[in-house]
Amino acid sequence: MDVRAQLSMSFSLDKCIGCHTCSVSCKNVWTTRQGAEYMWWNNVETKPGCGYPLAWEDQDRYKGGWELTSSGSLRLKLLKGPGKLRTLANIFFQPNLPTIDDYYEPFTFDYDNLFNAPAGDDQPTARPKSLLTGEFMDKIVLGPNWDDDFGGSPLYATNDPNLKGLSDSQKLCLTQFHKLFYFYFPRICNHCGNPGCVASCPSGAIYKRGEDGIVLIDQDTCRAWRFCVSACPYKKPYFNWNNGKSEKCIFCYPRLETGQANACAHACTGRIRYVGVILYDADRIEETAKQPDDRLVEAMRDLILDPNDPAVIAGARANGLEDNWILAAQESPQYNLFKKWRIALPHHPEFRTVPMNYYIPPLSPILHQAKGDQGGTYDPENMEFFTDVELMRIPTKFLANILSAGNESVVIEALKKQMAVRMYIRQQRVGDLGDAKVQSALREVGLSEQDAVDINRLLALATFNERFVIPETHRESKTTVDPRTMYEKRGSVGFGVKKKEFLGRSW
Amino acid sequence: MATWIQDIVNPAKRGWEEFYRNRWQYDKTVRSTHGNNCTGGCSWMVYVKDGIITWELQAIDYPLLNASLPPYEPRGCQRGISASWYVYSPVRIKYPYLRSSLMDAWKAARASHSDPVDAWESIVTNEELHKKIKWSRGKGGFRRFDWDTAAEIIASAHIYVIKKYGPDRNMAFSVIPAMSQISYASGARYHQLIGGVSLSFYDYYTDLPPSSPEIWGEQTDVGESADWYMAGYVVILGATPNRTRTPDCHFVSELRHGGAKLVVMAPDYSEVTKYADLWVPVKTGSDGAFWMAVNHVILKEFYIDRQVPYFVEYQKAYTDLPLLVKFITGKNGLEQGRLLKACDLAEYDDGDNPEWKFAEWDAKANKARITYGGMGFRYPKNHENHGKWNTLNKDGKTGEAFDPELSVYDIKDDTVECNFYELDTGEVYKRHVPVKYVETKTQGRIPVTTLFDLQLAHCGVGRPGLAGDYAKNYDDDKAFSPAWQEKYTGIGRDTIIQVGREWAANAEVTKGRSMIIVGASINHWYHADLIYRAFTGALMLCGCIGRNGGGMNHYVGQEKLAAFDSWGMIAHAVDWVAPPRFQNTPSYWYIHTQQWKYDGAIADYCKVPDADALDYKHTADFNVRAVRTGALPWYPQFNQNNFALYDEAVRAGAKNDAEVVDYVAKGINDGKVNFAIDDPDAPENWPRNLFIWRANALGSSARGQEYFFKFLLGTHNNVGADEVAQPHLKEIKFRQSPLGKLDFLVDLNMRMNTTPTYCDMVLPTAHWYEKEDINTTDLHSYIHPMGAAIAPSWEAKSDWNAFKFISEKFSEIAKKHFPKPMKEIMAFPLMHDSPGEIAQPCLDDKVEDWKVDGGTFVPGKSGPNLKVVTRDYANIDKMWRSLGPGMQKHYGQHGVNIDGGPLYDEWINRKHTVTEEWGGKKYISLAEARYVADIIMNFSGVCNGEVVYRQWKEEEHHTGLHGAQFAEAKETVREILGREEADKIPLHSTDGIHDGLADELGGPNRNVRMTYHDILAQPRRTLTSPVWTGDSRSGRSYSAYTIQIDYRVPWRTLTGRQHYYMDHPMFLQFGEGLMTHKYKLDPNKMNEIDKSDRTDAIVCNYITPHGKWAIHSTHYDNLRMLTLSRGGNVLWLNDGDSESAGIKDNDWVEAYNDNGIFVCRAIVSARIPTGVAFAYHSMERTVNVPKTQQRNIIRSGFHNSLTRQRLKPPLMAGGYGQFSYCFNGWGPIPIIRDTTVLVRKLKNQEVSW
Repeated sequence: MDVRAQLSMSFSLDKCIGCHTCSVSCKNVWTTRQGAEYMWWNNVETKPGCGYPLAWEDQDRYKGGWELTSSGSLRLKLLKGPGKLRTLANIFFQPNLPTIDDYYEPFTFDYDNLFNAPAGDDQPTARPKSLLTGEFMDKIVLGPNWDDDFGGSPLYATNDPNLKGLSDSQKLCLTQFHKLFYFYFPRICNHCGNPGCVASCPSGAIYKRGEDGIVLIDQDTCRAWRFCVSACPYKKPYFNWNNGKSEKCIFCYPRLETGQANACAHACTGRIRYVGVILYDADRIEETAKQPDDRLVEAMRDLILDPNDPAVIAGARANGLEDNWILAAQESPQYNLFKKWRIALPHHPEFRTVPMNYYIPPLSPILHQAKGDQGGTYDPENMEFFTDVELMRIPTKFLANILSAGNESVVIEALKKQMAVRMYIRQQRVGDLGDAKVQSALREVGLSEQDAVDINRLLALATFNERFVIPETHRESKTTVDPRTMYEKRGSVGFGVKKKEFLGRSW
Repeated sequence: MATWIQDIVNPAKRGWEEFYRNRWQYDKTVRSTHGNNCTGGCSWMVYVKDGIITWELQAIDYPLLNASLPPYEPRGCQRGISASWYVYSPVRIKYPYLRSSLMDAWKAARASHSDPVDAWESIVTNEELHKKIKWSRGKGGFRRFDWDTAAEIIASAHIYVIKKYGPDRNMAFSVIPAMSQISYASGARYHQLIGGVSLSFYDYYTDLPPSSPEIWGEQTDVGESADWYMAGYVVILGATPNRTRTPDCHFVSELRHGGAKLVVMAPDYSEVTKYADLWVPVKTGSDGAFWMAVNHVILKEFYIDRQVPYFVEYQKAYTDLPLLVKFITGKNGLEQGRLLKACDLAEYDDGDNPEWKFAEWDAKANKARITYGGMGFRYPKNHENHGKWNTLNKDGKTGEAFDPELSVYDIKDDTVECNFYELDTGEVYKRHVPVKYVETKTQGRIPVTTLFDLQLAHCGVGRPGLAGDYAKNYDDDKAFSPAWQEKYTGIGRDTIIQVGREWAANAEVTKGRSMIIVGASINHWYHADLIYRAFTGALMLCGCIGRNGGGMNHYVGQEKLAAFDSWGMIAHAVDWVAPPRFQNTPSYWYIHTQQWKYDGAIADYCKVPDADALDYKHTADFNVRAVRTGALPWYPQFNQNNFALYDEAVRAGAKNDAEVVDYVAKGINDGKVNFAIDDPDAPENWPRNLFIWRANALGSSARGQEYFFKFLLGTHNNVGADEVAQPHLKEIKFRQSPLGKLDFLVDLNMRMNTTPTYCDMVLPTAHWYEKEDINTTDLHSYIHPMGAAIAPSWEAKSDWNAFKFISEKFSEIAKKHFPKPMKEIMAFPLMHDSPGEIAQPCLDDKVEDWKVDGGTFVPGKSGPNLKVVTRDYANIDKMWRSLGPGMQKHYGQHGVNIDGGPLYDEWINRKHTVTEEWGGKKYISLAEARYVADIIMNFSGVCNGEVVYRQWKEEEHHTGLHGAQFAEAKETVREILGREEADKIPLHSTDGIHDGLADELGGPNRNVRMTYHDILAQPRRTLTSPVWTGDSRSGRSYSAYTIQIDYRVPWRTLTGRQHYYMDHPMFLQFGEGLMTHKYKLDPNKMNEIDKSDRTDAIVCNYITPHGKWAIHSTHYDNLRMLTLSRGGNVLWLNDGDSESAGIKDNDWVEAYNDNGIFVCRAIVSARIPTGVAFAYHSMERTVNVPKTQQRNIIRSGFHNSLTRQRLKPPLMAGGYGQFSYCFNGWGPIPIIRDTTVLVRKLKNQEVSW
């Protein structure tokens, strides 16, 4: 057992507002620079939809992530041929890289014209202008959030790769007004346990930090081979065309190291995000990534260790985890959501990178009767006070394609648990459902009354410090500081890089 | 496999990590917020590095209300977090600009005139030159210049107009103060001091829900968002909190986790629908029909089939349903009439406002009794009538408590057949109602019934023994049954029945915790107030108003300026001159942009029971009458200069101010002095100067924008409609429309958006992160600051300092033109919360109009008030920066006024208070915005506990809620709510003995003081105040009217109760006495698609909801938001409709009608219902806008180019209870939602720039 700590984030899709405050927060702090315009380390997608970059989930097109070979070993999908050799042969040519047409041509507008236009015979306007070429653009044709709110649904929603395997009647949700649905899906780097980006990097510039599991691209070592872009099935590394390095979400390590939540999580005004420590057994990563599709979610849960188990604690200590980290793991919202209550799920586990962030699937409104199709009136398909999960309009198959490699039972479990908690809390606060009904709902999904209270506490009532349980990093023993120089360091911290900037370093 | 896990502790290997660590560094953070028209009221920390604002993140230190509610943190959305982009952006206005045509003219004029006012006169009196300057508006040619010259031109233009026409042609427009209150106050104070006019905004933005003053006499008051979590059942309609209440939206998701059921009514699959348990896809504009039918179900199942004691007792205590109503005879027989009043009953006609007291039936005494709470008790003349202004059911004469009957059905003397109207179809239902007979003074023995009985019959809910055309069952298609509504809503009757039952059953179990959350999308329909009254009816019927977790939560616009009591004094310069000049903007621009001329006869588009019975055929005539009867304001007041009129009176022999008023009143009566609105297009009656700050007056605000451009600005436009009004006019004088009424437009702005593009002068203002201010909102109950993170960049000035600068220049020039103080005559309407609201009882069942009735114009009674005021123009700057003597007298809000003298003395005597000394006196200084912040907080009851205690003492005096009567009120509440609910009300006194409202509600906070520095450190929760309606003590979430419910404090209405009934002749004439249904306006009768080419076009109902990527237009031009959206103006269309017109996603399309043209790209989506086009409000016509292909082939307009505003006459009632003027609180709202557009693909997809 190799006990490792991982900083991990969960997202309640049920709560997500779709506001993109997270995206802007991240952009303001990290990617407001030339070459980084099109980088959205955090972005939010409308599902069904094609996402960013366009149709990134389609690995037939992009060849990201891992696959199981016939011999049962793991292989990066982009290595179609025989291993490393093929990589080197193709080092200057990557057919699977997304192009700027899959992202968008970053643009600005000719705002100056509003000030400087000479007196004329018509109103001046600020025309769109390319940030790559500086030329005027007649029409903006794509953006980082182009199909927001089901926009362009005949083009984008209908081509969502996750519709695979849905029945024809389920696919009506894309075209039938009274059947449709959409929800939002925020994404950052998954800081995977089995990261494709690290494995693919010819320069060895990418690594997973030992102390917290954050995956970083070393900006000194990166040589812009861009294999990470291809290998990451989530398309979260981006190539900076200005300085020739690749960059990606850094899980806001400068903030996390000091006990502050990630900028995106801090800014999440929907209060959908949770950040905490999970302990896992690094020896079992490979075995986990090799599980068959329908076992993947359970295997990923098995990987997570009980932070109260004395053996785990001993292992953690042996690996150098300090007390504040062990305590944080014991109070971790992440452990409860993913492992204890089993209401959070990984994102596309079938990519086999063992992603370390989790998602709570969303509830949705009850479907309507088809009378509306014939120009008649709309009525819901059932008149119960609360909707059965089976009658909700988001097909569980669709959610399973995104969150559980197609395993619908774990999705249904997560949805039913949310409904059971709602019923329990209503009975406590209003009291009109009846104890028998509520107890049976809890029993059916295996939750105790205390679980229901605790889940409601975390999903609805939690304060900032309950949602984000982040231990400070011990800089005196971890990461870049030589522990013997702490006394001197105190007086010189921060001086270095700024000086380099003045010397003309180009980032 | 885990070889990539690196336990490296080697600076050489991981030293590069300092790269990102060094980005996460800063020199300081400063707490601030955003000053755009947003209800967010979010507290932010602004990060400064190397003197540069780098980014912002939300503050997360709001004090927790209580642990059973989700906390507020973090507040702030995608728009707010992109605000830092503006600071250094290319769209930032960095310097003053003047358009070249005007600059050339000014330089030339100044060269030949030593006096700047003369120079200005030479320009505006040169017709050809001025026409050219007007025509150049919006067409480029800006030149940088300087603040000194800018202030000189502004002051000269103002002084010229004051001398030539009168001060009330100087207009000021700044919107929604609450989010940056001091910035609003800067220019409002300046304009009020010079006698100018503040244009309203909340009504003008169609944010004012007229139903709120109609029902409650309150502009608006709503629950804070944390209170949503208290609900057991929530219906959201016309609102998308995801977009418009983004920082509060988490409460929507969380209230479901808290056990509530959520129903979303939306015509599209809107963003908030993702949270719903049930989505009700109502057709656009049909929500009222849905709720009328829900009310039918509630009345039938919870009042007739079975009675819920809580519901019944609630009606008796808090609503007008038990009040007795008379009948009138219409052309079809008996109809609903006016309320039975004390003046009808010999026993109660005591000469003390008997027209303003109302009756209920006491079965025990077997007679009609006058009950407490009528407005007559608010202004008692006799001592014995003091202390009766509350909602206790006690005999108005004897004080004896009695139990009123909700219905006279069981004790009826008789039944009478009464007419009820289904106005959309013209159907008249004859239904019997039970009556009692009463002996009246003037009409003898007449039948009366209760409003409850009338309401039941109106809703079609029958009872055994009552004959008539009632709905037999839910399947009977009669007004207003579940089956009836299907044809409007497209929703099955089963849904109505389900929602109605669940709604009421939840309210029964929880004692009223069923809630409505509603937004602009409903309030923008022509019959918005009817839709609101329909669902508010469902709330009142189930006892949900004034209950935590219940209530009508209308979130539109940022109306909640918590410290209005003190702020209003400073902002409107009432500390120096009272009253202020307030103009209701909807009427103003309706008339002055000539949009009224494009409306036909009112009854052609607004359905009424009897078109012939209307006093006028055209809306403009109703407005003319409203001004002369004192219902609505109008500036300019008269067709002459107010100073000249004063001088004329003095010359004619008037010896004092009272005689001047008499002289003017006589002149009005004799027709020698005329109201300017009688002849609005005469040059002396035009608005002349318009100063805009904190607003997008010509952009997002300008409904019917092309009409603004053509008639107000005199520049290029795309109006294509024909005038149609003339044949229908009776009062208003018709002239050919002038082109370009305004002499001069100035915009003080941070960004170069639509408004500055079209102004003559553009001045740079500070970004929100560069100035000091305070902010409050209705969505939470904290007061918090705008703090300056850096000094204003480039040549920007904060609003406060900009107007300080302008006021200095004004005084300097005025010293020559107005060396001494001068007097002018001021006219202002009959005001709400003043005795003016009991001026016109309309006892003859028609509007009192002195001019038509052969009556006399009596100021403040039959028409507007008149008052003489003094203007000291040479000292405007000193007055502006000094807290005036008015603050040492009684001040306040909503009729709750306390003595400011002791507070003034205390503050001025503090050692560190900065003072101003001039004219031999010493004043508290207002020179800096932060001084003002402290003074607002010190003088307001929401921040100063001693002030609020004294305010509660005053309220105690008005209501008589102290001593035994207070205990009595508490006991009745205990009976209505039940012990368990009553025990949840926070109790201040531990021994259970309370003296009254002041000790109970004001006592706990008496020693609280808050300062600007306090809120810079952390937001503070405001105190429970009598100028608001919610109790927020002990961490209780704020919910509107909990004070009315918990203590039987009256609403500020005619009866002191919540009104289902609009007992005014105009409402009865329009068939809107009871809550009812009127459908959308008929597009073919609106004169807006008659002339447009229909080739290849689809016809759509045009909807302009609030957008996701802007707060109104703010942030719309922000590159972050443009990047996350589609980078410019778009129109959302249904996928099937688009296919039929050959339109594909992202194609260029043109949307147009007779009002204008809008070229943009289409977003095609299955979530948009067929036959509807969504253009999210609000765009800018400055970014990515090509030229049109038709009509004038000029730059395309934007969403407002397709609109033309329409007003609803009943909202012009006045001098009658809650139907009395209140700035931003009463008056018509400008409707644009009932608009139709044509949409087609742009030919060949060719765009030209």
